[in-house]
Amino acid sequence: MKTNERFEIRVAGFGGQGVVTIGRILGEAFTIYEGVNSVNTRSYGPESRGGACRSEVVVSRGEIHYPSVRKADVLVALSQAALDMYIPDLKEDGILLIDPNSVKDVPKKHLCYGVPAMGIAHSVGDVKYQNSVVLGALAALLKSMLKKESLKSAVSENVPPKTVQKNLKAFEAGWAHIMNVKMVVAE
Amino acid sequence: MVETALKEKKCRGEFIKPGRHYLEGSEACVEGALLAGMKVYAGYPITPASEIMEHASRRLPQVGGRFIQMEDEISAVCALIGASWAGAKAMTATSSPGFSLMQEAISFSIMTETPLVIVDVQRPGPGQGYITTSQEDVMQARYGHHGEGPIIALAPSSVQDMFELTIEAFNLSEKWRTPVLIMADETVAHMREQLIVPELDTIEILGRRKPQDLNISPEAYLPYGHDIVPPMANFGEGYNINHVSLAHHADGSVGNYSLEVHRENIERLHQKIEGNVNEIARVESQFLDDCDHVLICYGSVARTGLEAVREVREVHGIKIGFIRLVTLWPFPEEKLRNLISMVKTIFVPEMNLGMIKHPITGALRDKCDQVIPMPEIGVLHHPDKLVNQILEVTTC
Repeated sequence: MKTNERFEIRVAGFGGQGVVTIGRILGEAFTIYEGVNSVNTRSYGPESRGGACRSEVVVSRGEIHYPSVRKADVLVALSQAALDMYIPDLKEDGILLIDPNSVKDVPKKHLCYGVPAMGIAHSVGDVKYQNSVVLGALAALLKSMLKKESLKSAVSENVPPKTVQKNLKAFEAGWAHIMNVKMVVAE
Repeated sequence: MVETALKEKKCRGEFIKPGRHYLEGSEACVEGALLAGMKVYAGYPITPASEIMEHASRRLPQVGGRFIQMEDEISAVCALIGASWAGAKAMTATSSPGFSLMQEAISFSIMTETPLVIVDVQRPGPGQGYITTSQEDVMQARYGHHGEGPIIALAPSSVQDMFELTIEAFNLSEKWRTPVLIMADETVAHMREQLIVPELDTIEILGRRKPQDLNISPEAYLPYGHDIVPPMANFGEGYNINHVSLAHHADGSVGNYSLEVHRENIERLHQKIEGNVNEIARVESQFLDDCDHVLICYGSVARTGLEAVREVREVHGIKIGFIRLVTLWPFPEEKLRNLISMVKTIFVPEMNLGMIKHPITGALRDKCDQVIPMPEIGVLHHPDKLVNQILEVTTC
């Protein structure tokens, strides 16, 4: 990343999938653990009351002025509605990460990775761990710019103390899924 | 004995530690307030200001302060007035409809010269309106309360600002014995980013000037006299205080008052703030050397504004400068005039239909060919929109 370059991540899905938490933990990993500037904003108001939920992280080694996404480098879509709404703002060479169980209809032009976040979280013990699965998957996709350990530390710091082990297990499963399976779902 | 010890132990909370933090604007505001010495928060919840109240409710008891949820915004601000006269630094936060309800008490506080801090996390109106981001109360901040009461209002545009300007707001309110408004918006209150907290002993914290400090005896004390900013005694310190918003003499008495007495008092109140505008008000600027155009903005819009200005300069080679009003009121007219020699266009993006463009036009009408408002309702301007509009005007 060059000094003033912006790297923009957008996470979208339904309320309850941990979308807001994913953004917050990502931002904290970049800023607190890597010393890189980041701004985290979240959807608010009527758009979130309708069930749709969005969280954004803009990362830069320079100052960040406009706090929201202009053209996303990464889009994490955890619902079909989220994908349909935000895919136009994804850069052509941007990366798409989806949960293939809830997102079926994927445009072919983007590099697309799938992680069955809900399924993996369920096998770890509870669907509420799906945000950690997604964070693990993101750690794998962003490993050239964000240390895995930084993100793990941010996860440990931000989840309820009693759930740290389960969350880290979910995180590792998400990481392993992308590193090993590298499931490209574009048909 | 045991009870007291326990209570003290519970109260021995900690302030935010120096160093790097990742906080939401609302949290940074409360942490700044605590460092500034806030001891009382009285409030009533409202979207999108409730996070400030929630954080205050968690944090104040930890550092020996008091948090009170009131029955409405009117009682909230009135509780601050009581707290302030009892000697405690006090703050509340609300959003636009609640801010309307506070106007009478703001006027009262200006007249009685009561230091307090009000954060308005603005949302679109009128009425209950909408619940996203806005800058639609910036004129209400100055003119919403009745009477010729000057006000100090600050506009934060980052999480760091939410921290620093809250401290500044407390300092200004104590120094000038007046209510101070923080005109925040939903964007800056809810965004999360880096906050750098300096070593705590390097942060300047001002307290109020008291008659005791000036060796003024209770017999000689004038609660509204002695100086352009009268020293302020707290209730219960042996000084007689007539806490009155009716036209009053310097000793607070209301008998035999005349229009002359009222005029003198209003002149002093006005002079206290407007006469010290160059000390109170701050502006920031960039790229003003040889610029043909300038963009003037405040609050969160300053972020989009600066991004657009940089892009227009770097990509399109247009000479455009950037000014951010850190202080909205008192309006920094002289500072603005000193910054700008002569330009073609002044662009004023605001999250309203054009409000601060009026004092800007008033201040700079002879220094530009045109003032162009760039209104937006309920959402932060997208940089592309500003860039396109600037290009349309400057390249035709």
